[in-house]
Amino acid sequence: MWGWRRLEKFLPNMDLYRDSILDHYKHPRNFGHLDKPDVVTEEGNVTCGDRVVMEIKYKGKIEDIRFNGDGCAISQASASMLTEKVKGMNKKQMRKLSRIDIENMLGTTLTPSRVKCATLPLEVLQKAMVSLNENYG
Amino acid sequence: MKDVRSDFPQLKRKINGKRLVYLDSSATSLKPRQVIEKEQEYYTQYCANVFRGIYKTSEEATEEFENARTKVAAFIGAKESAEVIFTRNTSESINLVAQAMKKTDEVVTTIMEHHSNFVPWQQLAELKVWKLGEDRRLDLRELDRLVTPKTKLLAITAVSNVLGTISPIRNICHIVKKINPHCLVLVDAAQAVPHMKINIEDWKADFVAFSSHKMLGPTGVGVLWGRRELLEELSPYQYGGEMIKEVHVDKTIFADLPHKFEAGTPHIAGVIGLGAAVDYLQALGMDAIRKHEIEITRYALKALANIKGISIYGPHDAQDRGGVIAFTMKDTHAHDIAQLLDENNVCIRAGHHCAMPLHEYLHIPATARASFYIYTTKEDVDALIVGLEKIRKIFA
Repeated sequence: MWGWRRLEKFLPNMDLYRDSILDHYKHPRNFGHLDKPDVVTEEGNVTCGDRVVMEIKYKGKIEDIRFNGDGCAISQASASMLTEKVKGMNKKQMRKLSRIDIENMLGTTLTPSRVKCATLPLEVLQKAMVSLNENYG
Repeated sequence: MKDVRSDFPQLKRKINGKRLVYLDSSATSLKPRQVIEKEQEYYTQYCANVFRGIYKTSEEATEEFENARTKVAAFIGAKESAEVIFTRNTSESINLVAQAMKKTDEVVTTIMEHHSNFVPWQQLAELKVWKLGEDRRLDLRELDRLVTPKTKLLAITAVSNVLGTISPIRNICHIVKKINPHCLVLVDAAQAVPHMKINIEDWKADFVAFSSHKMLGPTGVGVLWGRRELLEELSPYQYGGEMIKEVHVDKTIFADLPHKFEAGTPHIAGVIGLGAAVDYLQALGMDAIRKHEIEITRYALKALANIKGISIYGPHDAQDRGGVIAFTMKDTHAHDIAQLLDENNVCIRAGHHCAMPLHEYLHIPATARASFYIYTTKEDVDALIVGLEKIRKIFA
């Protein structure tokens, strides 16, 4: 019985490539650069070559955001969706975001080997929050 | 070559009702029943420590353990089995030699090395890197420029685990020794020993490293072969049990070869299992294995080239490469390819395959890699191709 439960994690997961994820991958939202961003942060996942850069304009909340980079469908779609999700959020709201929110946002559960891909954009965003704290108190 | 698939229990496994298509043998090979049973034989029949018991089962274990060493030595064409040292894996075999280097020692290596034959030298010596020439092969004329009277060692892979490129080790050793007779050559043969007939005496190399788990044997066992006079000069890699002759409060006299380099209780079952793997490979014949792999590789190269948007890395002719093909697909990341292929139990590797310098050099973040072995069939390749065509449509 426990064997089956353990296996479930590895069952086929076409969900990971559902239409919404592929759509964000092929047509990323908020992709590109900002004129004079308040903060720019970047993070890579060397094992697979994923790279995500976030550029943010912040005044009490995220006024505008762009991302760029390259990598797998999961990391890039996650970045695209995340930029839509966090626009208008303040630092406190963003600090609360976790892996569960990413899974809900993607609409799928993540297999162990893909967690890092999906959460990379969130890591970049939270790194941006840290440097905003340093620069703007 | 005879059909070997029935010897591999894992190939009988079905996941979600579908068969397993294992195309990741460069990472580790599947294990035949004969190896698994041999390992089990040790644990169920003569489980005892080696080299110390006076009783029968310990003597049996010691004999099986040393038999495995003799088999490995004969398999690679070593003059004597004392030149064969058991380690944990290829990385450890290479570290054993690299520890003798000084920061100022000049070491030459190639851009296509696995990290295991790159990082130890980079950390412990002064590194010079041999880049690739035409058709992603090594240009031997470069050696004149790279190897100097100062060069201590050339560390080179016999077969690239990404490009499949086969290095002409015999020629390379010949040229290197002509330029500098004191320059040693260490060959990373992890991707060669399992797949083709090797004769180290013919190569004229000084050290050769490889792993059991890539050649049907258990994980956790590696091999370092070295020339006796060099191994005798090298200091022990680790100190402790089993590597000593005499220990006194103020000094220790180390054991003779090979035990000087085998501190502590070794992976007895693993080494005995490796012996069974060598038997298995020898019964099949290395020439037959190589022929089978060339055939599968040629078939796969052709089929892959027919898929739109696929780029293949490495030599064009299957004769010039081992049974491994790294490729990329336009607009599709290698991880997505691997994940989607897994939907149909097609197992491939995605990433940099422990060869980041090579990927940087080729300006690609990651590749997908399919690799073959004795149990790989054309149907396995077909399953890969069908999967890739589907993926191409998803991302088109």
